[in-house]
Amino acid sequence: MEIPKSFLGYKRENGRAGTRNHVIILPVDDISNACAEAVANNIKGTIALPHSYGRLQFGADLELHFRTMIGTGCNPNVAAVIVIGIEPKWTKKIVDGIAKTGKPVEGFHIERTGDIGTTMKASKKAQEFVMWASEKQREECPLSDLWISVKCGESDTTSGLAANPTVGNLMDKLEPLGVHLCFGETSELTGAEQVCATRGATKEASDKFMKTWSSYNDFILKEATDDLSESQPTAGNIAGGLTTIEEKAFGNFQKIGNCKFIDVLEPAEEPTKGKGLYFMDTSSAAAECVTLQAAAGFNIHLFPTGQGNIVGNPIEPVVKLTANPLTVKGMGEHIDCDVSKILSREMNLSEAGDELIKTTLRVANGRLTCAEALGHREFVMTKLYRSA
Amino acid sequence: MATDIIIHDKKDNVGVVVIEKITPKQDCACWIMEDDSSTNIQSVDEIPLGHKIAMVDLKEGDTILKYGHDIGKVVKSIKKGEHVHVHNVKTKKW
Repeated sequence: MEIPKSFLGYKRENGRAGTRNHVIILPVDDISNACAEAVANNIKGTIALPHSYGRLQFGADLELHFRTMIGTGCNPNVAAVIVIGIEPKWTKKIVDGIAKTGKPVEGFHIERTGDIGTTMKASKKAQEFVMWASEKQREECPLSDLWISVKCGESDTTSGLAANPTVGNLMDKLEPLGVHLCFGETSELTGAEQVCATRGATKEASDKFMKTWSSYNDFILKEATDDLSESQPTAGNIAGGLTTIEEKAFGNFQKIGNCKFIDVLEPAEEPTKGKGLYFMDTSSAAAECVTLQAAAGFNIHLFPTGQGNIVGNPIEPVVKLTANPLTVKGMGEHIDCDVSKILSREMNLSEAGDELIKTTLRVANGRLTCAEALGHREFVMTKLYRSA
Repeated sequence: MATDIIIHDKKDNVGVVVIEKITPKQDCACWIMEDDSSTNIQSVDEIPLGHKIAMVDLKEGDTILKYGHDIGKVVKSIKKGEHVHVHNVKTKKW
């Protein structure tokens, strides 16, 4: 298949391109959710991103909170941003971070004004932003403007057999064309960590990966009551035919094909070394992982599933694929790309990769994903430790 | 082309059953995904969907290769065509 050289995206002020054109109402903290949701209810075409944190966090955990908030606003799938927080200082910090992209952003704080007054002021600005954004047109953008993140979930044996290798095939075909790629799931690589480390494009990248994985493993050994041999693979995994943790990890690892990663990113850290594959230190929980990848600037997500994970994200479209024919049959409304014909050998891996490229480009051009049509907007902040 | 067993990598010494189950002494069609080639094997055990079959004779201490990688060690000898799982293979991790 000849791979198209371009897609239709929204060009942004900082040179990036979006696959979506959202105007978001971003609460800085948990207690500002109500006001943000009121604004989004008033002004049609905007979306609020409520979440659970943002008060009395400190140290690395607070830094991650700001990085996620600012990164979400900076994502090229977002046209303009209203930031609402309880206090002026943290609100301004987030506004200033987003403003560096050159996109319209304005902050409002609730103290001394209250929810109703703030809702009124923020709604007026949100109306202005959404009407401005509604005139933006999709334009031809080079394929290299795609930043693709991946993560698998509700995996079963069909994931490692076919759905994950299909994503790997797509990576092998798109990496030479200059796209940015990102995989994560530090925990689920356990068992394949030594081999994963050899996939670093440089010694520096490999060493950085081992340092990240070891730090995670030390945390598990400290917190866990056993060595995970009782819980990994799970009883369900074993019933499905997975024998060892290594086998499970290598199934996950199929998603990167034969690519090598050029750098290791902190959670929600924007890649700065140019095109190519990145590893990000993330949880393997679906919504947390996708939220972090979106905050790092990735503009379309590929999600292979076995038993049928249904996750979505408010700003980064999540494309689902599965090779499990029962999942296609039972919950087809969640599946954007069906590669189950691999198992019956009616489709080879390269054909499946081509199908996924076609689906990815249709979604990049504006076709709604199943998760978008069904209203999945899971926005979940990663929290490193308890608040003060 | 119908297939009963998928093998990821040419180096692999196990394949994965992709039909509901294979029965003893069944002649199975295998597909090696890496180079899109075919091979055959006769089963010894009944093996359910998603579970592994030994493509060669394996002795205690041998390494199981899947995806072309080490996924564990043989702890009880396995004959070609037998079921490979937690009763004869263990992780090298712990």
